[in-house]
Amino acid sequence: MGPTHGPRLVLGPVLFLWEAPAWRDFYFRMADEADVDCVVLGEVVCSKRQHFHEPMLEAVVERLKGAGKAVRLASLALVTNEREIRSTRQLCAREGIEVEAEDLSAHHLLRGRPHAIGPLVNVYNGMAARVLAARGARTICLPPELPLASIEAIARDVPGIDFEVFAFGRVPLAISARCAHARVKGKTKDTCQFVCRDDPDGLPVETLDGQRFLALNGVQTMSYTCQSLIADVPALIAAGVGGLRLSPQRCDMVGVAETFRRVAAGRLDPREGQAELAARYDGASFSNGFLHGEAGHRLVPAAAAAGLRD
Amino acid sequence: MELICPAGTLAAFRDAVDAGADAVYCGFRDETNARNFPGLNLTRDELAEAILYAGSRDVKTFVAINTFMRAGSEALWTDAVDDAAALGADALILADLGLLAYAAERHPEMRRHLSVQAGAANADHIDFVVEAFGVRRVVLPRVLTVAEIAALTRTARCETEVFVFGGLCVMEEGRCSLSSYATGLSPNMNGVCSPASHVRYRREGDETVSGLGDFTINRFSKTEAAGYPTLCKGRFAAGDERGYIFEDPVTLDALSQVDALAAAGVAALKIEGRQRGRAYVSRVVTEMRKALGGGGEGPPLAVERGLLDRLSEGQHTTTGAFEKRWR
Repeated sequence: MGPTHGPRLVLGPVLFLWEAPAWRDFYFRMADEADVDCVVLGEVVCSKRQHFHEPMLEAVVERLKGAGKAVRLASLALVTNEREIRSTRQLCAREGIEVEAEDLSAHHLLRGRPHAIGPLVNVYNGMAARVLAARGARTICLPPELPLASIEAIARDVPGIDFEVFAFGRVPLAISARCAHARVKGKTKDTCQFVCRDDPDGLPVETLDGQRFLALNGVQTMSYTCQSLIADVPALIAAGVGGLRLSPQRCDMVGVAETFRRVAAGRLDPREGQAELAARYDGASFSNGFLHGEAGHRLVPAAAAAGLRD
Repeated sequence: MELICPAGTLAAFRDAVDAGADAVYCGFRDETNARNFPGLNLTRDELAEAILYAGSRDVKTFVAINTFMRAGSEALWTDAVDDAAALGADALILADLGLLAYAAERHPEMRRHLSVQAGAANADHIDFVVEAFGVRRVVLPRVLTVAEIAALTRTARCETEVFVFGGLCVMEEGRCSLSSYATGLSPNMNGVCSPASHVRYRREGDETVSGLGDFTINRFSKTEAAGYPTLCKGRFAAGDERGYIFEDPVTLDALSQVDALAAAGVAALKIEGRQRGRAYVSRVVTEMRKALGGGGEGPPLAVERGLLDRLSEGQHTTTGAFEKRWR
């Protein structure tokens, strides 16, 4: 990719449980049509879901690689039982494909080999990034709650690492051993019957006063808002960010990537980019408060679009 | 098993020592620890006094420096480590990878414990912190069943410590940004969850409404006591459900699991509550000490259940993740 490209676009793993054919078709379409540099695949949220997509994983990997995209496989975020430990070890033993560690057990299993670190690993400062870099981390997607000042300081402090930020999508805010999603549907984690499948974009959580607040995704709790850092892309580039992560939602992700690409390459005014995103993800409310050191649900207007480059 | 007790003030620290704690944990009066509440925690001078008091009674002092260092302001956290070491603390309770590396390099002789805020839920994660930083004990996150704790403790290359009483995180500790989503302030960055600075109550007819930042967390009828709006213990609506969708306003009471935890090889039991008053700390420690069999001589005394129940917020308790059906 040439210098006009700006930061890399990384399609994050689908965090929701999508029906297997829809999941496969989504990635086939992204392989064929989406202008992204790298795609992260794999079940991050719940080990009970893993069997749905495993049979078609290799076909998806081949299609993406054939389309010239880099591919990473993501590990589970919360690893507690024997089956989860085994599956994480198997994943990290794979050769010939980059693995993204979503928890520190995966990082440990990958030590000494190049690998990526996902956004659910706590990297709040350069000293922490250096610990991971010394053991083989090459790319680190920083935690979504980090403000720009921290991102800037970390990128400056650890120049050898390629830092990504969570630029689009509902923000993963918390993970639990308990499944609130199953519980609100009268089930438990053990008896869930995969009810999270019914909410492929997350199940909205409202306050008792009807304010839209959060979204349930199995054992994960997410933001109701869709984080969008598109208006902040010039500031992120200036801060030394090397990759923008786009987390799949049920919307026109090919279009989302296209809009981010034009803004990242300086070909589209960031404010116009935000307007385009709103059209591509109908009904979404957007936020970027974390980046500005405010409550994460807020949308802070870009001070002034840094203008078109060139 | 050791009994590890909280102290948010010097007076509570002394009470915990007197009541039979094997170790007392505390933090400095700033954002370097996960109970960064107004008027709470110890100054350097108070810590020196606390360590002296505990040491003379053969009780250990652990210092929690367990938030994540803000990039560009790391000195606040590294100074805390240096000062705790210089004052003679028996162990540091840490979560940040960079701070663990710093402590291991500068103070290799000091015991390092991994904070619950590091969320180490499996043996491979624990292997990492043992190998990289020489961690001697891991405080386990509240996501594990007793069976999982037993399996983990068997394979872990260091001691394990678990919370058995007090406030209960529903989410895995150290990986929760719910508070900062609503308020801008988080446990990881600021050492606070659902901070009082962002809490408000209002009356609406017969109801009391509690809020956090811009969001309503609960509504109470006049027959209910209006509880503190801890985000994950509020009432919300999702799908057809309205109510406590994450967790009821309960506290953890795993006294019933103490024998199983002992059999699992757990090294230490921990009581939450550095924000609690002296009376609470003293009474909980006394009761827990009874449950553990005071000093190991003779059979454990009957625990005064009613008292522990009354000490629990909202009068309701849970064994939480220790039992699989909680999930």
